[in-house]
This record gives sequence, C-alpha cells and structure tokens, in this order.
Amino acid sequence: MTGVRVLVGTKKGAFILTADGKRASWDVSGPHFAGWEIYHMKGSPADPNRIYASQTSSWFGQIIQRSNDGGKTWEQPGTPSGQMEIDPISGMPKGESNKFAYDTAAKPLTTHQWYDGTQHPWEFARVWHLEPSLHDPDLVYAGVEDAALFRTTDGGRSWHELPGLRGHESGPRWQPGAGGMCLHTILLDPKDPQRIFIAISAAGAFRTEDGGETWQPINRGLRSQYIPDPDAEVGHCVHRIAMHPSRPNVLYMQKHWDVMRSDDGGSSWREVSGNLPSDFGFPIDVHAHEPETIYVVPIKSDSEHYPPEGKLRVYRSRTGGEEWEPLTKGLPQKDCYVNVLRDAMAVDSLDPCGIYFGTTGGQVYGSADGGDSWTPIVRDLPSVLSVEVQTLP
Amino acid sequence: MIRVVLPQHLRTLAGVDGEVALAVDGPVTQKSILDALEARYPMLRGTIRDHATLRRRPLVRFFACEEDVTHDTPDAPLPEAIASGAEPFYVIGAIAGG
Repeated sequence: MTGVRVLVGTKKGAFILTADGKRASWDVSGPHFAGWEIYHMKGSPADPNRIYASQTSSWFGQIIQRSNDGGKTWEQPGTPSGQMEIDPISGMPKGESNKFAYDTAAKPLTTHQWYDGTQHPWEFARVWHLEPSLHDPDLVYAGVEDAALFRTTDGGRSWHELPGLRGHESGPRWQPGAGGMCLHTILLDPKDPQRIFIAISAAGAFRTEDGGETWQPINRGLRSQYIPDPDAEVGHCVHRIAMHPSRPNVLYMQKHWDVMRSDDGGSSWREVSGNLPSDFGFPIDVHAHEPETIYVVPIKSDSEHYPPEGKLRVYRSRTGGEEWEPLTKGLPQKDCYVNVLRDAMAVDSLDPCGIYFGTTGGQVYGSADGGDSWTPIVRDLPSVLSVEVQTLP
Repeated sequence: MIRVVLPQHLRTLAGVDGEVALAVDGPVTQKSILDALEARYPMLRGTIRDHATLRRRPLVRFFACEEDVTHDTPDAPLPEAIASGAEPFYVIGAIAGG
C-alpha cells in the first residue's frame, strides 16, 4: 500500500512521521539523535530506504548520518557506532564522513566579504542541505555554511568540494545573511544531469551546465533594497528556489522580500508577488501534479519573523504567481507567531497532492488535499528546521 | 590505561557507556590522548578538534585533576595521576546557551 514518510529535522533531534496513503493516521518515531540540531534529512529518490541526515552541534561540529532501512537504524557512513579501530585489512579510512575541507588546491580563494565589509576567511560551520542524486543512492550533494557545494560518490564516507562555485570571480563579494552564509538550495535538473541550480544567502542563485565545474550567477531581475547596487550580479538574499520536475526551466523563488519567477532556467526573473499580504518569507514549493500551482507562507517582515496579523496562512497560486489565495482551514487564525523556515515545506506525489510544513513552534501541519484543509500531525516538537517527504510505493 | 570521560553526546556517537580506557604510547598529553581516542573511535574525529587543523573546537574544554587544562599546549605533559589512570581526563562541552 502506498504511504508517506515525513522527515522532520528540529533543533533537538529528528522525527519521522509515517502514514498510509490516506494520510489520516500518523505514527511518530523519534527523537533520533536526541539533543542535536538536525538541519536536514532527505531520502534517495533511487532507494527510499536510503536516507541521509545532517546532524550538527555548536559544541561538537558536523556529523553525517545515513540509514539504509528507512530511518529505523543509522550509522556514520563507513564508521558504524560501536565499531572500533581502523580495519588493517580493508584499509578503509574511517571517520572521514564528517570531514568537509575546502578545496584550496584548485583555486586559492580563501576569503569572502564579512558583515563589516572586510574580507574574511571561509570557515566551515555545518551542512544546511543534503540533495541525493535522482539516480544513484551513493551520490549526494551537500550545501554548507560558509557557502560551498560538496559531493560524495561513496554514500557519504567522504566528501569533496566542487570548488568551481566558490572559485567564481564574484566569491570575494559574497556576504553572509543574518543566518550565516549558507548554501541552502540544491536543485537537480531531471532532464539534464549536468545542470544544477543552487542558492546562497546572501550571494544569490547560481547555475552550472557542466556538472559543477563552472558556475554563473543567475540573478538578473532581482532587486534588493539596502545593497549598494540593487541590481547587482550577486549579493541578493535568496531564501529558497523550487522547481517542478517536468519543467526544469521554470523556477520559483522566495527572496528575502519578493516572490519571483523565471521561465528561462534562471537567466531572468520577474516578480510574481501579486496580492500577497507580505512578500517576505522563507519556503516556496510546487504542487506535485500542477506545475503552475505554488505555495508560500507570508511572513510579516525581515524584522518580525511571524505571520501577518497572527494568522498562519499558506498562500496558493494556481497561476504560477501573481494571483494568490489564502489557505486557512485547520491553521490557527489568531495569536500565532511562529515562523516557517526555508527548508521546512515539502510535497508528496500522491493524488491528491499532500503538502507539509513545520514551524519554529514545533508544529508539523499536513494537508492531504492540496492545501484546502490542514491538520496538525504533531504539535509539540522542538523548533522545526526542515521537512522533507518521501512517497513510498 | 588512560581513563577518559566523554560528554553524553560523544558517548552516544562512539557507542560506549561510562568511561573509555585507552592505551597511550609515549608521554601522556592532550594530543596523545586525543590521538589515541580518535584512532580507537574514528567516529569522533572532528567532534573534539577540527578535522583538518586539529585545533580544539571552541566550545570543548579539557579538565585533569580538577584543573582546567583547556588552554595548556596540546603537547604539555598531563599530571601523573592521569598517566597512571588514577584520575580520568575529562572532555567537557562548555556551558553555553541552547
């Protein structure tokens, strides 16, 4: 029987929510990795039992975890818990799965712009986003802070930077957003494995057409107040980009302010905020079966990270932007002051399409009817950092 | 054997309960203890010191015989009570918010 598995990363551990295709009754497991920040978890499209997790801590750094059984058990790739000593026979390196070392050999780029305008060395902080390959369970991309793109081809045992991105000539002009200089969005083109889109706060969006060797900024049409040149090539605080797999040339973006759309693979953008009550926000996602149906969660402002009027409303556009309708049924319509972070919304591919999002107040809401009505799946988790969903056969 | 007390999160990662006992070759120092710890429990590499530079992570501290030895040089000899195993070497997550 078909079903869904919702992967929830929180500030104090991971939770896995499962349901059958009706999505009415939920089983909750967790906390996994209790007490750690789980920035992101995502399953392999090629093998739904393979799930990767980014486990981080200000104290103890970055841990990559991997499950081969749908989240029941986990291990650090290549170094399972309880397995001691380096194996002298296999010679398999151990303890490498947590190592994210910037590539300084390819191009000696070592600084970016700091908050005060001075140059600052790149310093690894954490993995924000894990994007498994559409075809190979052992190939995964990782977006990290300070912004860079890493890749593993051995199931997470070892990670290597794709230095062409950080080596772009604009690198010294990239600067951190309030949440750090993070690479948070990785979109793989299902029709062209050489084409990848990424986004960085606050550098902007970039595209490669050669598998990550070279990159170009794709920020034409974005306008950002408060930066010296509002039309600059880089420096824009892109919060999230979404794509429908059937139309990889159409991209939707939630920028710091403004909801944007591109119909040419990011080469140019136009604003489609339309009648939204606020065009500030973090997540944006696309309906699984309707490429023109998109979802955002308007937030009051960059200084007040909660919904306008204390009403938690998802807004849906069935026209690819410009015309938006509030979705409120089942969502709190008074005294609600939570935020929904950029990686905390996902859609399943059942029919009708299911939508899920998590809040900084620890609620995970689900809709099994494309957003028409919502139900809290859980109400009292730690602050939610990320939500992904797997549609199971 | 050298006795090492790890914070709970690192005990969970290493899959151990209670103290860790390690054989350390040569002088007993922060560095030699951490080298031996990471060799035996490679899943802890990068959690106490940076993977590449081997510098202590900012919010990790070391205690020996009720003294904070965090800022001693990594190659400084530790007290005989640590070397003999009479007292454990403590790895501690600094008290901080969150």
